[in-house]
Amino acid sequence: MREIHVSQITEAVAKMCIDANYYISDDIKEAFHTSIKEEVSPIGKDILGQLIDNSEVARDLQMPICQDTGMAVVFCEIGQEVHLVGGSIEEAINEGVRKGYEEGYLRKSVVNDPLIRENTKDNTPAVIYYNIVPGSEVEITVAPKGFGSENMSRIYMLKPADGIEGVKKAILEAVELAGPNACPPIIVGVGLGGTFDKAAYLAKKALLRPVGHSSEIPHIKELEDEMLTKINKLGIGPQGLGGKTTALDIHIETYPTHIAGLPVAINISCHVTRHVSKVL
Amino acid sequence: MMKEITTPFTKDKVAELKAGDSVLISGTIYTARDAAHKRLIDQMNNGEELPFDLKDAIIYYVGPAPAKEGRVIGSAGPTTSYRMDSYTTPLLEKGLNGMIGKGKRSEEVIDSIKKHKAIYFAAVGGAAALISDRIKSVEIIAYDDLGTEAIRKIEVEKFPAIVVLDSEGNNLYVSEREKYRE
Repeated sequence: MREIHVSQITEAVAKMCIDANYYISDDIKEAFHTSIKEEVSPIGKDILGQLIDNSEVARDLQMPICQDTGMAVVFCEIGQEVHLVGGSIEEAINEGVRKGYEEGYLRKSVVNDPLIRENTKDNTPAVIYYNIVPGSEVEITVAPKGFGSENMSRIYMLKPADGIEGVKKAILEAVELAGPNACPPIIVGVGLGGTFDKAAYLAKKALLRPVGHSSEIPHIKELEDEMLTKINKLGIGPQGLGGKTTALDIHIETYPTHIAGLPVAINISCHVTRHVSKVL
Repeated sequence: MMKEITTPFTKDKVAELKAGDSVLISGTIYTARDAAHKRLIDQMNNGEELPFDLKDAIIYYVGPAPAKEGRVIGSAGPTTSYRMDSYTTPLLEKGLNGMIGKGKRSEEVIDSIKKHKAIYFAAVGGAAALISDRIKSVEIIAYDDLGTEAIRKIEVEKFPAIVVLDSEGNNLYVSEREKYRE
């Protein structure tokens, strides 16, 4: 059985926290350049230009693209043939977050208790998801999530009778309510099906798919295309100051569900939707 | 249209600005976000003196990232303003004339801005590295224990902002969006 020392996980997580916050991913960069050509609002065009400039300043000065360097969300795909040695994986991940946020001069935004609200001063704990998969590798994805957009996310427990029209209405309503608050242009992650919690997890996971990559399920791809068009006709535009670039993309992930339900979770993410992965 | 203003942000300067104006702000402004606002209001309610004079002041809603060596501040883009809505009216009553943040305000705040002749500016959310470059000095003046949420007195030079709500009640989030809604 392949052994992986958890200190490797700590190092990888620390580096990914920094990289995710300093460098905008190529898919989003490309989407900025495409949308600036297509944007019709002069204010919107100007804002998209500032976002491109900002990502270049962040890269050149080695500083975070956005001051909200997020709560660290970590996805682990752990091969069932792997034996993790040297300590607890959970502690190793949190140690990586601690290290990355300190060494990268990233903002520590996590409070210890939702009501007492004392800053933990090291951005831990992370929100961690584990998935056991076949194989002998561990894939870790770090996705720091800012709360300007996270706060605008919603979940709907629709009736089966609401069907696809209900889903479309829910997505548009969530985007409409988010308006300028979520730092548009946004990326919309949708989780469809499963249970209350599974839908929210899928919506978060949907944000990891690169911008420009559609669902492989034909009727879901069709829904994504239709919804992206509809969202970009709402007029919200960059920063909510008008225009056609409200969303850069929408990704919908699905899962089987119960005969009595149709959960729809919408996780809104800003124009710096961050995620970096590494295979150990 | 691009305009330049220098603090203190007096009523005559407020009156010159209209929704849609792009503005470059220079001078002293103060940072405060969620927890700092709560403390300011608590202090006001207890009759205590506030850490800075609100008259003709501008508050920037920001929780900056830590500064690297050789820099005065880390990334420093605006945070979402509506979370400050329940604290805003008492501050406007005390003479606050400008707020910089991002996103929608409540109807109550929109009415207060009009009533007290103030301005709400939007800075570009996420453009935090760019904005950080326009901040020339930083001094923590209150609530040090709040870390990133402490109140900072900052000197800015040509800080870029857009007038979203002006003293006459014009709202750029509504007027611009209507132009592009299909």
